[in-house]
Amino acid sequence: MTTTASATALYDVPGPHARRRHRLYGAIGGLVILGIVAGVVLLLVDTGQFTAAKWRPFTYVGIQELLLRGLGNTLRAFGMAAVLSLALGAVLACGRLSEHRAVRWVATLVVEFFRAMPVLVMIFFVFVALKVQPLPALVTGLTLYNGSVLAEVFRTGVNSVDRGQGEAAYSLGMHKTQVMTHVLVPQALRAMLPAIISQLVVALKDTSLGFLITYEEFLHAGKLIAGNLDYDLPFIPVVMIISPIYIGLCMLLSRLATLAARHQRRSVKTETDKVAPAEPGTLLPGTGAHP
Amino acid sequence: MNVLTDNLSLYGRGLLGTVQLTVYSSLLALALGFLMAAFRVAPVASLRAFGTAWVTVLRNTPLTLLFFAVLLGLPRFGLVLPFQLFAVLALGCYTSAFICEALRSGINTVPTGQGEAARSLGMTFSQTLGTVVLPQAFRTVIPPIGSTLIALAKNSAIAGSFSVTELLGTYKPLNELGYSIIWSFVWIAVGYLIVTLSISALFNVLERRWGVPR
Repeated sequence: MTTTASATALYDVPGPHARRRHRLYGAIGGLVILGIVAGVVLLLVDTGQFTAAKWRPFTYVGIQELLLRGLGNTLRAFGMAAVLSLALGAVLACGRLSEHRAVRWVATLVVEFFRAMPVLVMIFFVFVALKVQPLPALVTGLTLYNGSVLAEVFRTGVNSVDRGQGEAAYSLGMHKTQVMTHVLVPQALRAMLPAIISQLVVALKDTSLGFLITYEEFLHAGKLIAGNLDYDLPFIPVVMIISPIYIGLCMLLSRLATLAARHQRRSVKTETDKVAPAEPGTLLPGTGAHP
Repeated sequence: MNVLTDNLSLYGRGLLGTVQLTVYSSLLALALGFLMAAFRVAPVASLRAFGTAWVTVLRNTPLTLLFFAVLLGLPRFGLVLPFQLFAVLALGCYTSAFICEALRSGINTVPTGQGEAARSLGMTFSQTLGTVVLPQAFRTVIPPIGSTLIALAKNSAIAGSFSVTELLGTYKPLNELGYSIIWSFVWIAVGYLIVTLSISALFNVLERRWGVPR
């Protein structure tokens, strides 16, 4: 979504003079940015980051396998966390939409607590206090946090479906489960899809926390290579290889969320529903996630 | 219970570290985010491209990777600073991308007619911006900025694993001293709740004072 300047309240539509001036500023700005980039590249060259010795390890099959294994472990943790947090989110959302007050309170308490806690505290708690292996600890922490956030997404999604839909279904004699599974949830799912995918991006990003509890994921593999004296400590090359892959994966998933949102905006079926993207632990009453 | 009373100074130092990290990184994130939002709505194409690139890359960067690159990478270029400053740098840059998006969507919610009306009254660019557009945008961005800063406070826990003094890191010395690990985590959790709830209370006050009635 690139905003053209004319789409905001900030500027008038520029005339020929202003356009020429903007082009001039654009050229100057571009030159400054290019200068900064060139400076960074020069610094990299000066500190010898492009010497063959530092890049040689990446030609070895063993090292490549190490990196791929790390990436595989990252994706495995992400897959497990994604599936489990979707399931937990569904359960907690059912709890929050329940007609029994006690169930509703418990679900609300759980959701609010885990949304307000840093993920890392939960991961460390499971890892250190309960003495669990790194992978289950990471997945548990991610599941508790993302599950709670997804529960809120599901709940607002179901509530965003036009009220007449549920009322019509009840008046046809359906009971609550039928109303939910046949009428509300299918409509809500379409509206929620972008918000769900963006929450999964958060989960994918947070799998990197496994690095801090010595889970052998992507960053961990990178650190092993970076600390190798034989290759002249290739830290910067490792970062230059790892970050595009990691960031690229997240961008790909984000892109999917944007595409889903665009598709949804064009589709007639979901015209009326809109689900705000999940915000990390909104504790403010009266804001989007807490209607 | 005596985990807390015996180690009050340890917990106090940790809490103070978290608060310091949060405050300094918030200031950096707000300043950088404002600058990037200005870039993203500027009529100058190259600045807009730079702002967009900044936001897209940082929003999709795992924070641990950023910490890894900044805290362990920058010293390789001879840039030796205290770890806390590096942590503030990483957290501030990361959060600035989210602040930028909040500010930008706030600016975009101001109806175009407002700017047009201001200009047709003969106001200059800075008058339009300072007295008409930004005050309205400011009111709508209070809640999203609040939740971004709460997320920042929670993210500051990562710094503890990179030898910066903060709340989560206190579990380690306590563990070595042989205190109950479960209780030490309970008090850490309480500490984080205090920090996040205070930010939320602060933004509630701001929201009540200046927010748009909805």
